Amino acid sequence: MSSTAIQNISHNKYYNWLIRNLFSSWVNTLLTIIALIFIYQVGSFCLNWAIFAADFRYNFQGELITDRGLCSKNIMPGEYGACWAIIYARWDQFMYGLYPIEEAWRVNLVYALLPLAIIGILFDKIPFRKYFIYFTFVYPFIAYFMLYGGPGLSVVGTNKWGGLLVTLFLGVTGIGLAFPLSILLALGRRSKMPIIKSLCVVFIEFIRGVPLITLLFTANVMLPLFLPDGVNPDNLLRALVAVTLFQSAYMAEAIRGGLQAIPRGQVEAAQSLGLSYWQTTRKIVLPQALKIAIPPIVNTCIGLFKDTSLVLIIGLFDLLGIGRAALADMTWTKLYYEVYVFISLVFFIFCFGMSRYSLYLEKKLKTDNS
Amino acid sequence: MTEQVIQLEKVNKWYDDFHVLKDIDLFVEKGQRIVICGPSGSGKSTMIRCINRLEAHQEGKIVVHGTELTNDLKNIDLIRKNVGMVFQQFNLFPHLSVLDNIALAPIWVKKMPKKEAEEIAMSYLEKVKIPEQAEKFPGQLSGGQQQRVAIARSLAMNPDIMLFDEPTSALDPEMIKEVLDVMIQLAEEGMTMLVVTHEMGFAKTVADQMIFMDEGRIVEQAKPDEFFNNPKSDRTKLFLSQILNH
Repeated sequence: MSSTAIQNISHNKYYNWLIRNLFSSWVNTLLTIIALIFIYQVGSFCLNWAIFAADFRYNFQGELITDRGLCSKNIMPGEYGACWAIIYARWDQFMYGLYPIEEAWRVNLVYALLPLAIIGILFDKIPFRKYFIYFTFVYPFIAYFMLYGGPGLSVVGTNKWGGLLVTLFLGVTGIGLAFPLSILLALGRRSKMPIIKSLCVVFIEFIRGVPLITLLFTANVMLPLFLPDGVNPDNLLRALVAVTLFQSAYMAEAIRGGLQAIPRGQVEAAQSLGLSYWQTTRKIVLPQALKIAIPPIVNTCIGLFKDTSLVLIIGLFDLLGIGRAALADMTWTKLYYEVYVFISLVFFIFCFGMSRYSLYLEKKLKTDNS
Repeated sequence: MTEQVIQLEKVNKWYDDFHVLKDIDLFVEKGQRIVICGPSGSGKSTMIRCINRLEAHQEGKIVVHGTELTNDLKNIDLIRKNVGMVFQQFNLFPHLSVLDNIALAPIWVKKMPKKEAEEIAMSYLEKVKIPEQAEKFPGQLSGGQQQRVAIARSLAMNPDIMLFDEPTSALDPEMIKEVLDVMIQLAEEGMTMLVVTHEMGFAKTVADQMIFMDEGRIVEQAKPDEFFNNPKSDRTKLFLSQILNH
């Protein structure tokens, strides 16, 4: 077959697809045209606002933008789009909060090592996976030492942490700590031992029955009342405890759903071979249950990651909190769209990543044992 | 005198109000092949499931290899190591390859090195005549192949006693033979076997003792010859006429 013939075939393929799906009847054709016009209008407006008519660091006169008055759109109203200079100006705060800027390399290092720490858990067919997994367990200690400081490094209190650092710290640590806890809770809830079972049920139902905000307030305001005088855990740690407990209750229910889907025969077969409860759980039940529970688990992770922004009500400056602080600054006030679009984009990147990963995993596990 | 490996004395069991096992007495000698039949709900599966404590009995005494089954987990573990079981629904582990299914228990229960366990797994796969399926997952095998893997999985723990709970009931007719052949081979090697099945051809070939159960009781226990040709109870006669003439 000549190459033009092949081209014609592939050409026809697209043509047929278009006819079949977009122009099959006059109603369909009309809807297609309306939708295209709509997409064009909205799309061109957004692109124009965000990129083509936007200021980045310099305005249309070529001046470096140092306050909102220098934004093109404020000089010539109606002509120009976004003024992203606020993001540039506040970049360090968005990334590190009030972390001393000469120490920011420590945060950057922790950011840079994070992918290495999770890659071993996320993918099972990478070379040297064993060492990546080892690193996963070492990473929290490195991260703590780098971020907080200690021998050889100046101490940076968590009250200085902020922005993406706080968001990621709460999100990653919260999910990481909640995962093992939620497995224990889910197993406990199905336990035959009545005390363990009722403890787990009460814990899960209580946490799930209360809004995260309430838990954050409780952790922040009431925790010190229960603790002896002088013990005063810092704010970020309190938020972390609340977030972890909250997440573990939700994740436990997702995992319990997976556990319930495992046929009884699986456990009986394992028992008849002489496997103990923990061996059966670890080798037979959990691998299958977690696989089933991946979509709801990722759901709760995405939910939690976004919920970390609630910590701003107990005075922590996560990404959203830092954004609001930037808007409260008289130099930059009223640039709402730019700040919120930027924050949304950052959240979106992480959440979309998690969502895609979950899809990838589902597909992979499906083909693994057809 | 032959060695008694299983003793059930006056065993009773209830599911809430439902009396599933009523005063069961059963003695099994080493190397004996016992086939248990009876209508559904007669308690035959429950009885053999009590022998490796997948079900707990409430009254009476069950002794396996001189170890009495109680709530003591140590005894239960000890007995399960020596008693293999094959299920109606195969119950292979779908997330593990065939080889891993078989090697799992030797590795984790017997603490055998992985390589050695896999060699043993392979040898049992050869015994059930499907070594070429070692790398596949259970979902890729036919029912008959799955059941043979399940038998190999049990055998890999080197048990003295094998329990079969309707091993061919979930199989297509043309696959029943391949599973029964493996079981006959096992019987010829002298394995002590308790088999719940309605395969009367198999029973006639292999069994040296037949048991008929109904409504939680052992109604009749006899040598196959006598059992098939001259059953004593009317209930047995009725059951046999139904099962042999359909």
